[in-house]
Amino acid sequence: MATDTPLLQLRDITKTFGSVQALTDVDFEARSGEVMALVGDNGAGKSTLVKCIAGSHSPDGGQILFEGEEVHINGPKVASKLGIEVVYQDLALCDNLDVVQNIYLGREEHDWFQRLKEPKMEQKTAETLKSLAVTTINSIRQPVATLSGGQRQSVAVAKAVQWNSKLVVLDEPTAALGVAQTEQVLALVRRLGEQGLAVVIISHNLHDIFETADRITVLRLGRNVGVFDRRTTSQQEVVSAITAGVPTKVSGLPATGVTA
Amino acid sequence: MSTADIVGQDAPPPPAEETPASIASIPRRAWDNIRTGNLGVLPIVVGMIFIVIFFGFKATNFFTATNFINIIIQMAGTTMLAYGVVFVLLLGEIDLSIGYVAGIGALAVAEFQLPGSGHDYNGLIAIVIAVVICGLIGLLQGAIVAFVGVPSFVVTLAGFLVWQGVILYRLEAPGSIIIQDRWINYTANYTFSWWLGWVIAAIICTGYALVTVFNVLGKRRAGLAVANPVMIIAKLGGVVAATVITVAICNHSDVQGTHLGLPLPGLIIVIFLALFTFLAKRTTFGRHVYAVGGNAEAARRAGINVPRIRVLVFIISGASAAIGGVILAANINSVGLTFPPATLLLNSIAAAVIGGVSLFGGRGEVRAAFLGSLVIATVANGLNTAGYSNGAIYIVTGIILLLAVTLDTFARRLQVRSGR
Repeated sequence: MATDTPLLQLRDITKTFGSVQALTDVDFEARSGEVMALVGDNGAGKSTLVKCIAGSHSPDGGQILFEGEEVHINGPKVASKLGIEVVYQDLALCDNLDVVQNIYLGREEHDWFQRLKEPKMEQKTAETLKSLAVTTINSIRQPVATLSGGQRQSVAVAKAVQWNSKLVVLDEPTAALGVAQTEQVLALVRRLGEQGLAVVIISHNLHDIFETADRITVLRLGRNVGVFDRRTTSQQEVVSAITAGVPTKVSGLPATGVTA
Repeated sequence: MSTADIVGQDAPPPPAEETPASIASIPRRAWDNIRTGNLGVLPIVVGMIFIVIFFGFKATNFFTATNFINIIIQMAGTTMLAYGVVFVLLLGEIDLSIGYVAGIGALAVAEFQLPGSGHDYNGLIAIVIAVVICGLIGLLQGAIVAFVGVPSFVVTLAGFLVWQGVILYRLEAPGSIIIQDRWINYTANYTFSWWLGWVIAAIICTGYALVTVFNVLGKRRAGLAVANPVMIIAKLGGVVAATVITVAICNHSDVQGTHLGLPLPGLIIVIFLALFTFLAKRTTFGRHVYAVGGNAEAARRAGINVPRIRVLVFIISGASAAIGGVILAANINSVGLTFPPATLLLNSIAAAVIGGVSLFGGRGEVRAAFLGSLVIATVANGLNTAGYSNGAIYIVTGIILLLAVTLDTFARRLQVRSGR
């Protein structure tokens, strides 16, 4: 399923905020058709890493390769042009707008007179939701304010994949959800991978990770302390990496540690 | 949102009683809407009926065609300002300057038609100049709000003082400027001949019908669910009836042998109603206004240029205030030290709020300005005709405003409870 060259490859990414070293020589990769989990304790550098991918931060050192070529993601627009979409924890939906309006927000289909092509957008939204097997929303013309947490997450994900994106990053997608809704969202995440997208999922919840991810990257104190294959790893191994992992490589030397 | 809007093959099959678009289902659906707090224009329509009946008994001259025309002329200025208020409120901002910006518009139009001043232009050109000046005022205020980040309340409060000052400064010596240009005065006082009134009514009705039909056809072609046809026809019927009755009553007016008809200001506010509704509901700009008002951060992340939207909205607010100011000044053929009336600003904000626009952004329709102004103008006119003082008008308008917002708050609570 996964291709040979990773879709996204980060090499020796370093980022400092003043005297705080947020990321030190971090390697990371995401492959098409694969769900990569990014885990770590609070302050491990997950958010900083995601912001480097999304273009909100630019790294101080290191290389980012996308589809094998070096890129400089120095803004969110560059990221979305490459096909990288991030679904943040707060989802960034407009409660007063309906599902179609939210999914097309900022990229509305319109004619030369700036007139909205509502039927076209509604049709395509229905198609997208169908392809993601999101069946719980009964009207895509109802305001997002009326949707449940899981439905809102589905809308946010649909918004991210609507634009032929290649890489979708999900930041704690199940954080505020109940059991049934969590299952729905996890199924949705797996489906994204099955459809050939590269998926990065950030989560604190190891159960969720082991339900969805193919591989797991563990960050600790701003360093990559290991990449694990879900099928050959136990939760204990991941937990001990999160709490006490040692960097898999020393600065300047190639990685030697546990790689799947 | 009607229940007939259920879309998507994955949607569970709608309950059987919701699909057939029969007349029998209307009362039940209407009751469903009321129960879930989805009131639409219902409270205003019911309120208007009560107001009209009350003053019909109370004031002898209320039910005359000439008074009907008066109400239209009296509401026109406030309505134009209220259109701008709707856009500003949709953003979640406020514009306290519009009253005196309307004053600046009126002053500009008076200045640029003033015979012998060296800059006396044709009235139509003077109107364009006034709109441009007030648009620039909106641009200035909007830019300070959007780029500097000063709260709109403060910026426009400053504008309130500054533009009032400019008007007083200019009019200190002359006291007032008489508007003689007939084009300017036409904006308030021109009435169409009876047959022209009917032509206009025909154009409005056909236009509305065509838009409705094209919308339905567009949805059909895309294979999407269409709203209940009975509801569509009812809405269409309502618009046609309102238009025809308005023109019919206006054409009946006779003041000492002089025939009056549909007043031009009535047509102006209807044209702007259509224009602004189109802008708000059918264009990317309008969609972005709602988005910024709903969640500015989400809008920014979606790539919307939020400051640009803010500035454009304040330009709309200034420019429509100018047109309102011109109509108000034309109605009294002059601009004086007491112009604009002190109630103008608060009435136009009240109009939008009575019509159902939220003060917190993202919720409301352009038609709210029209309906709210209609209520305010009718009450003021009715109390006047019945011989009450201005004090009574303020008290009643205030109570209506409070009632409208209270009702809206209850409706919102119902909506939340019913999961809407």
